[in-house]
Amino acid sequence: MSVSVAGTAGSLVLDAEALYRELLRGVRSLMGANTQLVGVASGGAWLVERLHKDLGLPGTPGVLSSALHRDDFAQRGMASSAQTQLDFDVNGADILVLDDVLYTGRTVRAVLNELYDYGRPGCVRLAVLVDRGGRELPVAAEFAAARVALPASQSLALARTEDGTFQFEVKEA
Amino acid sequence: MNVLYKRNPQLNKNGELIHLLTTEGLSKGILTHILDTASNFVNVNDREVKKVPLLRGKSVFNLFFENSTRTRTTFEIAAKRLSADVFNLDIARSSTAKGETLLDTIDNLSAMAADIFVVRHSESGAPYLIAQHVAPHVHVVNAGDGRHAHPTQGLLDMYTIRHYKKDFSNLRVAIVGDVLHSRVARSDIHALTTLGAAEVRVVGPRTLVPSDMAQMGVRVFHNLEEGIKDCDVIITLRLQNERMSGALLPSSQEYFKSFGLTEKRLELAKPDAIVMHPGPINRGVEIDSAVVDGPQAVILSQVTFGIAVRMAVMSIVAGNEA
Repeated sequence: MSVSVAGTAGSLVLDAEALYRELLRGVRSLMGANTQLVGVASGGAWLVERLHKDLGLPGTPGVLSSALHRDDFAQRGMASSAQTQLDFDVNGADILVLDDVLYTGRTVRAVLNELYDYGRPGCVRLAVLVDRGGRELPVAAEFAAARVALPASQSLALARTEDGTFQFEVKEA
Repeated sequence: MNVLYKRNPQLNKNGELIHLLTTEGLSKGILTHILDTASNFVNVNDREVKKVPLLRGKSVFNLFFENSTRTRTTFEIAAKRLSADVFNLDIARSSTAKGETLLDTIDNLSAMAADIFVVRHSESGAPYLIAQHVAPHVHVVNAGDGRHAHPTQGLLDMYTIRHYKKDFSNLRVAIVGDVLHSRVARSDIHALTTLGAAEVRVVGPRTLVPSDMAQMGVRVFHNLEEGIKDCDVIITLRLQNERMSGALLPSSQEYFKSFGLTEKRLELAKPDAIVMHPGPINRGVEIDSAVVDGPQAVILSQVTFGIAVRMAVMSIVAGNEA
């Protein structure tokens, strides 16, 4: 069950820590015996880092970078970012991809292609902190800790403070 | 040549890299961005699919007016790993030999929808001329021009140094050999200075070190033992055989006696010093076989990193419009 948050720019309050606890509950329910958690850099990677600790999972948390498969490369150029790191065999794996915000679906498309460069997974699902609507591709999250409607003029991104706690940053684009 | 330009011809008005012509005048930010981007590409070799789609549908033309099998091959591999279509032109047997001018050649290839020209030319400045001439969406990467610059070699040297030494600020780097004719030396010196290396030295016989070197902010040594003492990085340069005929050196044996890097001499550098060489190596001339094959040599890593660095350069310039 997702927490529904209604609101607009000025009044919208997204408590990232509360949403994280909701996400932890959701991820726990989605975990199978051999599920591998993989975070999309950078927000999703932070989530997976913390989920790994809170769920007591072994191994290094997986990271997926969208940089090499972005569809806006021609407009935005090359951005340096964290690198993909997958310390398990992707072939046949049960993978749960984590991201902070699900919006157009283009990042998810890019990281799926990135994932396939490492092998053919058995099953891939998606869980996010916030689904903000505005999809431009047929992509859906298995679990979202919150679903909100944000206008295209606003950008929403997760930030991590020095003590490791999460905050959402809403900006007027 | 430079007086023709109001701003750095490698950058667009937003300060983004659109051509790579030289490491001179590139900011620390841009150099670091290239090295960081390259680190994204180093592990592409470890994937099941050793290719990324960033240059899919783009055409890369390798224009080597001067021969270099290795450099051309690494550019070709880099472009193919980025999913570009690569065309190697056999310039020596093509229209240039029939009298076509450089810019006419470029116009014709542009009409064949080239997106990136990788240019090696014996004349310093040829890539500048091409960069100035091409349409805004076309990019030029200098793969070595005359004695002037070899920026991708300079950048892959920086990548290698950063890989082994992490930080430039405490490094003492010696560039040894035929500095006079070396475009690699110039590209290395500019990059090392910008990235903040503590000390850059050039070491070589008086006939092979330009007299104005000190103006580039380097220390000049004409004695190898003194020059490499306590260094963290030694970059040996190829002694170009063709120089022997020019009365600059008595003989290659004589050169090895004074400036050949041997295991014994290497002991004068720091114990964890790395030894680099841009290739091709002349064993027993500028460097002893035992050093080439020894634990401190990182020469083959340079070749591997060179592919990632060239991928980074091509993907960065291709993503920026003039």
